[in-house]
Amino acid sequence: MAIEIQPERADPTGGGPAIIGAGRPWWRRFGVHTGLIVAVAGYFLGHWLGNFLGGGYFRSSLADTNDVALVLGYAGATIGWLVGLGVFNDLFLMLAGKPLREESRLLGVQEPGPAKYFRYTLDHKVVGIQYLYGMIVYFLTGGLFAMAIRSELLSPTYHLMGPEQYLMVVGEHGTMMMMMMSSVVLGPFGQYFGPLLIGSKRVAFPRLEALGFWLTVPSYFILLSAVLMGGFPTGWTGYEPLATQATQGEDAYFFAFGLMGISMILAGFNMIVTIINYRAPGMRWSRLPAFVWSMFTVSFLQVLAVPVLVGACYMALMDRTFQTAFFTNQLGGSSFLYEDLFWFFGHPEVYILALPGFGIIAEIISVFCRKPLFGYKVSVAGMVGVGLMSFLVWQHHLFDSGINPDMRPLFMLTTEVISIPTGFIFLVAMGTFWKARIRFSIPMLFALAFYFNFLIGGISGVFLSDVPADTTEHGSFFVMAHFHYTIMGGLIFAFFAGIYYWLPKMTGIKLNERLGKIQFWTMFIFFNTTFLPLFALGMMGMPRRVFEYARSMETLNDWVSISAFCLGVSILIFVINFVMSMTFWREAEVGNPWRARSLEWQLPTPPPPENFRRVPVILASPYDYGIPDALPVADFNPPPGVIGAAYAPASGRVEG
Amino acid sequence: MNSSDTPAAADASASPEPRHGWRLFSIWIVLSVAACLVIWFVWYPHMPPGRMSSSAASEQFDIAVLSVSAAPVIIGVLLYFVYAIVVWRARPGDEGDGPPIYGNTKVAATWIIGTTMIVGWLFIFGTVELVVPAGAGAGEGPSPIFKLAGTQAAAWTPGGSDMLQVQVIGQQWMWTYRYPQFGGMESTVLDLPVNTPIEFHVTSLDVIHSFWAYKLGVKADANPDVDNVAYTTAKATGGFEVRCSELCGIWHGAMYNSGTVLSQSAFQTWAAGVQSKEHSEGVLAALPTYALTYDPTVIPQLGKNIVQVDGITGAAGYYYGSGDPVTP
Repeated sequence: MAIEIQPERADPTGGGPAIIGAGRPWWRRFGVHTGLIVAVAGYFLGHWLGNFLGGGYFRSSLADTNDVALVLGYAGATIGWLVGLGVFNDLFLMLAGKPLREESRLLGVQEPGPAKYFRYTLDHKVVGIQYLYGMIVYFLTGGLFAMAIRSELLSPTYHLMGPEQYLMVVGEHGTMMMMMMSSVVLGPFGQYFGPLLIGSKRVAFPRLEALGFWLTVPSYFILLSAVLMGGFPTGWTGYEPLATQATQGEDAYFFAFGLMGISMILAGFNMIVTIINYRAPGMRWSRLPAFVWSMFTVSFLQVLAVPVLVGACYMALMDRTFQTAFFTNQLGGSSFLYEDLFWFFGHPEVYILALPGFGIIAEIISVFCRKPLFGYKVSVAGMVGVGLMSFLVWQHHLFDSGINPDMRPLFMLTTEVISIPTGFIFLVAMGTFWKARIRFSIPMLFALAFYFNFLIGGISGVFLSDVPADTTEHGSFFVMAHFHYTIMGGLIFAFFAGIYYWLPKMTGIKLNERLGKIQFWTMFIFFNTTFLPLFALGMMGMPRRVFEYARSMETLNDWVSISAFCLGVSILIFVINFVMSMTFWREAEVGNPWRARSLEWQLPTPPPPENFRRVPVILASPYDYGIPDALPVADFNPPPGVIGAAYAPASGRVEG
Repeated sequence: MNSSDTPAAADASASPEPRHGWRLFSIWIVLSVAACLVIWFVWYPHMPPGRMSSSAASEQFDIAVLSVSAAPVIIGVLLYFVYAIVVWRARPGDEGDGPPIYGNTKVAATWIIGTTMIVGWLFIFGTVELVVPAGAGAGEGPSPIFKLAGTQAAAWTPGGSDMLQVQVIGQQWMWTYRYPQFGGMESTVLDLPVNTPIEFHVTSLDVIHSFWAYKLGVKADANPDVDNVAYTTAKATGGFEVRCSELCGIWHGAMYNSGTVLSQSAFQTWAAGVQSKEHSEGVLAALPTYALTYDPTVIPQLGKNIVQVDGITGAAGYYYGSGDPVTP
């Protein structure tokens, strides 16, 4: 399946393949429209097959439909979607022994117009833009569910929704945010800027990369389809045996989460191989931008942790369809097994969410402090350390569960130790700010807010690591506030910092600055007024995921709900800014507005189809600010022979 | 804590500038000491979850100690950022770069040693606080290693050092409490004697619940087929509420009831009264035999109330009718 590296072209002005797709209208080519048609057909085929195979398997007499049919329907729809998109076209051609068409290798690379964004394309920049729009849609969907939750919690008894709808909304919000947002930075910015930052013309596995994005679409819709079946009552954790007992919405949850897991694994593989193998000459590990390091670490977490989740989802689906009993205590399984599998994935997952934020913010503070990143190696060690440690702490989610309680001191220790590498991130920031020339651009404001929020999130995490204190805080709103501070306050703030920072490079269009500042201040203030009181509510004894609470907590809950609506308004301001800037105002920004040194900003905007006309030779670190005679970061037009020499084996190490 | 050391060491070369390090350090010391004093002397007595039981008091102590440890860190980092924003912001028209400082081994080493020491302190403190108060009210699984002192006796009598055993049974969506030392009588009210070591055996009949007596500082997951033990000693009389803190289905939010800590003699009277009442009504005879773990498949069917499908209890299934056990 490998694609040959595009050969160096002697003629710098062009000579690439002709613009493809010309001559055929969009509806006669593979795209989302064909994908949709085949997906619907695939669903019905799978559903029929499920009824045929598993018609006798009724999990529970309470359910009047067949889980086997539903799961196979989802599987059929997913496969149909991919076939309809043309994901397997080359595979089919190869199986048929026919030569691949030239255009299939370059799908989307040079095609003008927006049609390429609706197709399975092999250009990492197109995939990055697809991810950007996809993630914004997923984020807004999850956010709307959050608004619904806070509306319900305006009153201490249930009033807007019944308990079933409430849990549906809670589960959809949690799962949407936790599973889809794991790619919120890795997707748009990792895929788009990963190759640019390492001086590569392409990613290692463009097909896997594109597949990774196109799998998020069915997982999004399958997860949402649970709404049609009354949702799922388990929240985003899907604990067994409640999940076995639940109605069909649970199938959607497990299938969608597993599918998203596959997407994360594929994206991780591609990123690891790209970063290892496709760095330009001179891009040593010690010159790799911090953002690329964060992508690298996160990719390892994805590749190593997410398969556990996919396995758990698969086992749970088997429990629900073919009546295996992995997680049913009474039949020889164990509900502890699910808790262990889930959190063995779940704790690395929260660092999958947090680490890309660290990376983006490190890039941004260096640029806007006009200083080199303080302690670059410490920063890398922090990210790698957090990544390693994240595999050793999962039992702290289960301190009260009764699983192996003798290990609690150990997991308390590992959990507290993880704050040491996290502290590196703060050390790097504080060193970088020392005697800096701080520019308060919008990305920098978001970066500053990131440190504020993540500080509170991190310190509250230490409270949770202490077993006696955790006895009060576990399963309460305190935990909820804690991870919203790290994930929303950390990752999502970093995501917005990334949008304001990199959108001019991705699209050549700048977002409106005034609206951006309004968005930042409303978001920062209302984020804190929303989630700070939740620490207090948790400490006062309010458990998570309840629709009823003590009447004495009503005032505080109302305050939180109103703040949350204002937080929603701040996101709405972003949406208005984004839509208006991208479609109507279109304020062009094609230069290097931040005067950044890093590689991507040295390219024309938007970057040419193959990123670099020639493979650049990296000469210096991207962080050499403040040095008057600093070398440029790269030589973009290296004399012939340099690249060959760089790639040649050192003398004396001849293969043979 | 050592946040303020960061500037102190990096400051050496810039003599005409104010001594940022000393400035930051002195503001930090003043603010931290003030914050810690306020936390310890003003806030601590009001911190959750109160002092109603031994485990609640130890949790309150932990939260207070952690707050005192965390306050200087939070203050140090925030102070530094505020200072940086004020002092080192780029003035209008300033297009220059900052000094190219790539790192400082001394600062980094100080920071790493400092955070490691804090972590070491937290770990030792947390472990002591876990072991000494017998698991600090958290569920310890079927064979706890951190045990509360007390004698196991077949019958509980006031005034002695007898451990009171209470079995907490979670099911969708209610809590039932069983007192094996009182003939296995059951109640939906968790009444407990004061100043008595109490051993909770938490289990579930269907899905995972979590037994949370907030004011008692007890939290233990109720897993089907698992006996999860937690200890506490109530120190004051009064009412408290029990909630479920693990999502267990649609009525999770409504799964709560309450209990009272009574004087030992009042508890004895209440428990014996419920026992004889349930005995005379035939409820005790109808209940399944007492076991530290419940296996729903062997509970004798009580009339036609059990709904079982493939060995799993359906969402609509329940083991006891709404009238059983009798609420005294």
